[in-house]
Amino acid sequence: MAEAITPPITKRSASSFADYAPTYGAAAALILLVLANIVFTPNFADVDNFRNILVQVTPTMLVAIGMTFVIATGGIDLSVGSLMAIASAVAAISLDYGAYPAILAALAVVTLIGAFSGWLIATFKIQPIIVTLALLIAGRGIAQVISNGGQLIPFSNPSFEFWGKDSLFGILPVPIFVMVLIIGLAIFVLRATIFGRHVIAVGGNENAARLSGISVNRTKIMVYALSGLLAGIAGLIYTARLGASDASQVGQTIELDAIAATVVGGTALTGGRATVIGTVIGALIMQIITTSFNMNGIKFSYALVIKAAIIIFVVYLQRPKSH
Amino acid sequence: MNEPLLRMQNIRKVFSGVVALDDVDFTLERGEVHSLVGENGAGKSTLIKVMTGAYNRDGGEMFFEGKPVNFRTPEEAQNAGVVAVYQEVNLLMYRSVAENMFLGREPRRFGLIDWARMYREAGETLRNLGLQIDPKVVLGSLNIASRQMIAIARGVSLGAKILVLDEPTSSLTDHEVGLLYDVIRRLKEQGTGIVYISHRFDELYAVCDKVTVLRDGKFIATRPLAGLERVDLVCLMLGKQREDLEKKGATAFGEHHEARKAETLLQIENLTRGRRLKNVSLHAGRGEILGMAGLLGSGRTDVARAVFGADAIDKGKITFEGKELKLRSPNDAIKAGIAFLSEDRKAEGIVPEWSVRENMTLAALPALTSLGVVSRVKQNEIVEKFMRRLGIKASSGEQKIRELSGGNQQKVLLARWLCKNPKFLILDEPTRGIDIGAKGEIQGLINELADEGLGVLMISSELEELVEGSSRIVVMRDGECAAELRGADISQDSIINAMATE
Repeated sequence: MAEAITPPITKRSASSFADYAPTYGAAAALILLVLANIVFTPNFADVDNFRNILVQVTPTMLVAIGMTFVIATGGIDLSVGSLMAIASAVAAISLDYGAYPAILAALAVVTLIGAFSGWLIATFKIQPIIVTLALLIAGRGIAQVISNGGQLIPFSNPSFEFWGKDSLFGILPVPIFVMVLIIGLAIFVLRATIFGRHVIAVGGNENAARLSGISVNRTKIMVYALSGLLAGIAGLIYTARLGASDASQVGQTIELDAIAATVVGGTALTGGRATVIGTVIGALIMQIITTSFNMNGIKFSYALVIKAAIIIFVVYLQRPKSH
Repeated sequence: MNEPLLRMQNIRKVFSGVVALDDVDFTLERGEVHSLVGENGAGKSTLIKVMTGAYNRDGGEMFFEGKPVNFRTPEEAQNAGVVAVYQEVNLLMYRSVAENMFLGREPRRFGLIDWARMYREAGETLRNLGLQIDPKVVLGSLNIASRQMIAIARGVSLGAKILVLDEPTSSLTDHEVGLLYDVIRRLKEQGTGIVYISHRFDELYAVCDKVTVLRDGKFIATRPLAGLERVDLVCLMLGKQREDLEKKGATAFGEHHEARKAETLLQIENLTRGRRLKNVSLHAGRGEILGMAGLLGSGRTDVARAVFGADAIDKGKITFEGKELKLRSPNDAIKAGIAFLSEDRKAEGIVPEWSVRENMTLAALPALTSLGVVSRVKQNEIVEKFMRRLGIKASSGEQKIRELSGGNQQKVLLARWLCKNPKFLILDEPTRGIDIGAKGEIQGLINELADEGLGVLMISSELEELVEGSSRIVVMRDGECAAELRGADISQDSIINAMATE
């Protein structure tokens, strides 16, 4: 064997740098946005306000993290909003059996539905956008059926409402705690576990993944199940905070915010390149825009247009360099 | 004037610095069926695309009916009468035969589609081609062969003077191929020039008048098929002179591998898959390099994919280490100890956005994982070991694989399998498209691995590599084992003869 030319092998990886490069554009945009608001928006630089922003972003953040895994495989999940509604409705009608049985039942149902769409996508090679669009439509209907035709179901259950309304040590709202925990887990899972590696491999080169012995179908089923689970958690936190289940409204159009957050964060829609941290930044950008426009009394309709412009601009900033 | 229908001269096409066509000539007469042949990367499809306006040439001249032409889009070429018929594409499954034939240029009357005229004209065109197909029928309800004929009929009704048929028979049965020949003969009588691309020699000799051979983007020869021996045609395609087929010493395998008294590791019996594999039987031993030769489309890659569980087989038995293997996926083969380095690095090998480390350890991940967490330490051990052992030139294990040269990418992919300590290694074109230095290193490594007891199946279109590396050689032709060569019978000459014999 030729041992002659042995390249130096650097001990510490340069990868962390390269892997997150696409995130820098989004990070810069976030910092700029925060600074601008501190200067121009009265009461923005306030602990309560920050806490408020983080509580409000929680559902979008959780859904966007699930979306990041799905998009990493080259797929998309439009059904997340309807899954939030189903989780909300299932929990509301089963609260009589106790908060935790209700939570478990709700999360089990949406995880299974997610796995089912993953199964359709993987086994029958139906396009993800079609399967999850169908589920977006049907899921909303199912949620309304569960909740007696989409009526508002108010409830009073302190141990359920704890997950939306209470604070740990009196200062840290529970939703923020759950969100941070899940962000940490997601970063770990995507970077360090075999499942995370398989997700990226399937999105990066499906043929190569299959020939390397990876079960492509199982990986796809798992990402849609994960997306369903996270949508379920988002739906429950939202419901707990509201103190009522509103199956016809919860999670409406959240799939669009989640996709936007993921893309703005630097995850490639083609699959094979994904960053959870980027998605976190993306979700924060979206929320801060909304909040700051509210605080400055700018009409919601204008906010939508400007939000769109910012999405396009940030995505333009981090378009892949041609090579 | 006896100007040919189409004359292409000194055609040149470059893709971002890589020369795809270099000084290629091609001439097509009226009523001539002209075949274009060559191995992968020869430039056939590039030439076709230049001819039909899909690519713009970077050099050379093109004359159509004696006049210089410069088709900038496929539409321009089509309007002039140069039409390419690809398999099934550009056809609408849910519309009628006539609508498909007149798509985009429907006859109109008072601004509305003149259905009666469309059906009448479509019917006439089909009858002229000897086809009994109702133009009102929905395309999707026809079988593949009929759809193929519709695609041709569409070209004819466009007023095509030149029809390019790209592998028209690849999904047809033998009977349907006969129907296609009839259509081609009628077109020929009407003076249409036909460019015919196929890997099947039988078809070339059955239907074509002339053949033009390309290799590595260069024009090699144009010959009349009548009187051209198959062996000579194969020699032209592979770039061999018949007289120097005996030359040796061009590879790093060294002297001819003596057949080891090999204990059988893999046994394949009557492997069959559609028209691509027909009753293939072979065996391979521990510590043996079994070579596999065959032209493009001969079924050589199909054998590899079947043994690796990547394609389901219709029939046949695969025995490995004395036990029958029932393969449902590549994972089953991998678990048994089989590894497969596929031919298409880009489409089936590398994950381009990933680092050398991630790419190298992709198949070994389950072994590097405990409780679902991949051990970075174990990954780095493998990367360090194999970067050193295979001499992989990369700035570090963290460099993105797409930034490496082809040879280094190939070494990383080889390491992906070697780090799993396989018992049997299938190599599909292990040295294609890589520089000469890396090529020698990989050949040396394969030799070394076989000496250590690994069983190797090496598919290659480089005859030197096969002759000098293999202890036995199976030659594939049209999905069948055409010959098995061993010992003194192994030579480039005998391989080419086996490839070419009817």
